Amino acid sequence: MLLVVEQFLNGLQFGLLLFLLAAGLTLVFGIMDLVNLAHGSLYMMGAYFAATFVAWTGNFVLGAMLALGATLLLGIVLEVTALRHLYGRDHLDHVLATFGLILFFNEAVRLIWGPAGLALPLPGWLTVPVPILPGIHYPAYRLAIIIVALLVALLLYLGVMRTRIGMLIRAGASNREMIGALGINIKLLYTLVFGLGAALAGLAGLMQAPILTVQIGMGENILILAFVIIVIGGIGSIRGAFLAAIFVGMIDTLGRAFLPNLLRQVLSSTAASTAAPALSSMLIYLLMAIVLVVRPEGLFPANRR
Amino acid sequence: MKTFSVSKAFTALVLAGLVLLPLYSSLSGNIFILTLFTRIVILALAAASLNLIMGYGGMMSFGHAAYLGVGGYAVGILAQEGVGSGFIQFPVALAASAIYALVIGALSLRTRGVYFIMITLAFAQMAYYVASGLARYGGDDGLTVYKRSDFSGLINLSNRTQFYYLCLACLFGVVLLIWRIGNSRFGLVVQGLRSNEQRMQAIGFPAKRYQLVCFVISGTMCGLAGALLANNTDFVSPAVMYWTRSGDLMVMVILGGMGTLFGPVMGAVVFLVLEELLSQITEYWALIMGPLLLLIVLFGRGGIMGLLGRFDRG
Repeated sequence: MLLVVEQFLNGLQFGLLLFLLAAGLTLVFGIMDLVNLAHGSLYMMGAYFAATFVAWTGNFVLGAMLALGATLLLGIVLEVTALRHLYGRDHLDHVLATFGLILFFNEAVRLIWGPAGLALPLPGWLTVPVPILPGIHYPAYRLAIIIVALLVALLLYLGVMRTRIGMLIRAGASNREMIGALGINIKLLYTLVFGLGAALAGLAGLMQAPILTVQIGMGENILILAFVIIVIGGIGSIRGAFLAAIFVGMIDTLGRAFLPNLLRQVLSSTAASTAAPALSSMLIYLLMAIVLVVRPEGLFPANRR
Repeated sequence: MKTFSVSKAFTALVLAGLVLLPLYSSLSGNIFILTLFTRIVILALAAASLNLIMGYGGMMSFGHAAYLGVGGYAVGILAQEGVGSGFIQFPVALAASAIYALVIGALSLRTRGVYFIMITLAFAQMAYYVASGLARYGGDDGLTVYKRSDFSGLINLSNRTQFYYLCLACLFGVVLLIWRIGNSRFGLVVQGLRSNEQRMQAIGFPAKRYQLVCFVISGTMCGLAGALLANNTDFVSPAVMYWTRSGDLMVMVILGGMGTLFGPVMGAVVFLVLEELLSQITEYWALIMGPLLLLIVLFGRGGIMGLLGRFDRG
């Protein structure tokens, strides 16, 4: 029982983290029609910025805020200098150009921070276990991730659906010429959206950093997961991304936790212990393949153009 | 029709260079360059096969490295199980790649656009994890191929020069085949489907069937590259199927010029030689390579072949 609740919460926490990453990706993809492979690099930069700023300031929250601002700024600079020129180009051009950016960021990080990973230590008040149910404790930090991510998801939903900027963003997604003709500065809007996406990726990176080590290439595996999520959810749909992210986070975590024992029922224990991790990693891709075969546009197609 | 053009001359120069390379290697005693170029030729073969579906067919596969793995593992597993004959290993590698491509293609071709890019990527990642789970064949650590494919005296794969020429012959054979396919009725239908699928269907061509056959041919060709690569490195591991490998192949095709016959070969040569040269100058070669790719996309449309073509038009 304890294990089940704990793994369930772990799955939720991982899913919400994936949502932060996928939300930025799906916004940029749905609105600017830009395939940004370098989104994972922004996630990595968020983690590196956090590790640096927390070490500087000696305060976890302050360092995290600074890192968030830095990632936002980095995203805006990236959009203005490079990615802006890719709008309207072929998707393949996006893939190639942002693939180049991944190489660049990985190497820049190696040059600045060195090849060894960094650690981001947690402050004491976040490491204590918190009782959530009678007799069941859960680490405060993971709980904090869940709360922050849920808050961000709520803000994002309200921002996109209930504010003027959000309305403009949605309008820009369905017809960019028309909104430009109505006198809206579409370039600035796009820059803002990209910056927002970058900040979300940075937030995911800096929150994940204390759990895993901060290292080069940390953005690449998780980027593929984020792509899987937005494809399952339907490109451009934040609601789809949210549901798919929770789903994928659960499958990944629960698969890793319980599959080895399940497989041991049918296989020898050595075969099970090697097959299980591979199988649980495969499950997500299998899910995506099934979704795409059954519903080629994803589960929640956003804007039918 | 002009008889001389810069792009043709440059292509001929590179091809002549590839043919004469072992001569230079043995004269100068530089064995390293031959090893490097064997790898380049094999990856050029893989890039050429990707170009068949990407450039001619308009199918943007982001999981092409999977075939390198399927072909490689076919050779590695057979060698492990005591079947050393290349006459068995290579046909099995090709057949396995073809079957894999048939299954993947039949499912993936139901989607299009970005979704197609992503589903091919998903299948390649699945193949990657399957290979990681093969405990009997090394799992994550990979599988060492202790003995190269044995062609019973016909050709010795352990001899560097002979192996290089085998790879080069395979590359030329595949390029020739792609040229023939491109000009055949089948190839014209596939190219027609790239420009306008609805119209082709309206004329009465079964679109998916043509695309699937093209997808399988391309996958089989890449499986050949995989079998050669396993022989070249004497090793095969899940890493050859990792998604960045598929990205590398895509970069080679686009860098060289998508949809041109020799573009992918040029792209592979330039990409890998550049990588080698830059990594000799500085440890941080990707710091230069990355922005270079970005600049090529932004300003050099049509890749190297497109750039050379500009000289011809004046």
